[in-house]
Amino acid sequence: MTNTLHRYGNAASFYDDYVVFAIPSRGKNDKGSVPKLKKFLEMALPFKPVNLGDAIHGGALRPCRDMHPTSHWNRDMTPDFRAVIDGVDAPTTVAAVFDSRVSAEDFVKTVKEADLGLCVNISTSIDGAEQCCQVAGIPRHSIGYSLGFQGKTEKLPNTQVLMLTTMCGHGMIGTSMAKKMIDWVKEGRRTPEQATTYMARFCSCGVYNPARAKRILEDARHSTK
Amino acid sequence: MKINASKCVACGNCTYVCPMGAIYVDPVIKRATIDSNECVECYTCFHGMSQEHLNPTLVRGMRKIFQMMRLRFDPEPDVCPTAAFEPDELVWPRVVRRAFSDPRVPHESTGVQGRGTEEVKTNDVSGRVKEGEVGFTIEFGRPGVGVWFHEIQKMTWALAKAGVSFEKKNPITSLMSDVPTGTLRADILNEKIMSAIVEIKVTVDRTEEIIHLVREIEPQVDTVIALGVGVRCDSEGEDTVVAPILERMGYSLERAKTNIGLGRITQTEPPKQEELAGAIM
Repeated sequence: MTNTLHRYGNAASFYDDYVVFAIPSRGKNDKGSVPKLKKFLEMALPFKPVNLGDAIHGGALRPCRDMHPTSHWNRDMTPDFRAVIDGVDAPTTVAAVFDSRVSAEDFVKTVKEADLGLCVNISTSIDGAEQCCQVAGIPRHSIGYSLGFQGKTEKLPNTQVLMLTTMCGHGMIGTSMAKKMIDWVKEGRRTPEQATTYMARFCSCGVYNPARAKRILEDARHSTK
Repeated sequence: MKINASKCVACGNCTYVCPMGAIYVDPVIKRATIDSNECVECYTCFHGMSQEHLNPTLVRGMRKIFQMMRLRFDPEPDVCPTAAFEPDELVWPRVVRRAFSDPRVPHESTGVQGRGTEEVKTNDVSGRVKEGEVGFTIEFGRPGVGVWFHEIQKMTWALAKAGVSFEKKNPITSLMSDVPTGTLRADILNEKIMSAIVEIKVTVDRTEEIIHLVREIEPQVDTVIALGVGVRCDSEGEDTVVAPILERMGYSLERAKTNIGLGRITQTEPPKQEELAGAIM
């Protein structure tokens, strides 16, 4: 999943970023996969994910098409995991995002035991994924390494903006938006939680990690790198 | 995408939201305006922003009063107060912008959304990359820079000249008018997109050669490139072949997606196109 592969940061910075996703392969195991995808997401709930998502309908935080003017003062910032699970209606990629290795390990063990037959991947640091596999007693099948960004890297923004925007690898979170959210947190106009929620609503597949984003914004409040 | 000028109140929220920075408030007409040359039709403005349906005249009046009083606005930053964005009916070749920029739209060539590729994510059932092989994903335009097809073609030409084979189930390959030379369709070359992935597969012994080739061409390509390398692990779940090559070349391997091999083939017949909405993240 290149969408989660090229998140910016070193291995240590992914200690709170574990994306476990299930994907049916076209013509191989996609037929009848919808109930299995729902079950995959359902199984994640006991392990307290920070986000769930499907690539058609989005994540647990979504924009509102008919917002009431008074909701500016009382916006719902609660992730709606049930809406994600209920909304899966076609073969697609579904993802559960965790902010702790232990949760990811326990979830992977549960997924293995459920034997859904879907292709399952873990996107995090290389060691983090290997450890999840070891705990579950699974030898890794394949690895897709990120070699990072090359070429005209002078077009890229600063480190913290990059860490925020690359959590939506589809590019739905604009550089200017992330920069603005850092500025607003620095100015005290919004809390990191609020700023994170604004950005997460733009992620169209639900792999944005609000816990990691909040941490990055807290760091950026004190020092912009 | 277009902005309905009769609805827009020039609040400026969308100027930050646009991943390509293609929206600005025109000082003459005092309305948000889209630079259609830079717009990649990602629909982030339309789908990503929450919408209110306020009366534009009322909002403009209030904004004028507050501005005269030098009061700072503190609106929600992800909201279009008057639902002013309206999708255009896209026709060829502009429609390819959306196909490569809006992850909700499936690629016609592969039937999948996102970037339209499965890579090693389904390698446990597809067998796409076998032991002794390396699958490269060369992604252009990410993150947040964008790319023109004529820039991508510089790389596909060089790769084709090196005799590599392009992945057939890939949206870029499907847009080649001549796959052996890596030539893209002429009518899409001047279209800008959010990002696209060129996929190739070579034998392990060509790993260094391909990376050197990509590095050699990179300076000619006016965008950022994200390089991914996919490998099949051995029976112990280890990669003792490719990782050492990459580390020797100076790459610090920090992040990866790891296919844990739980997939099973459960069908033999390929599905009909309309059955698929499977997305690639």
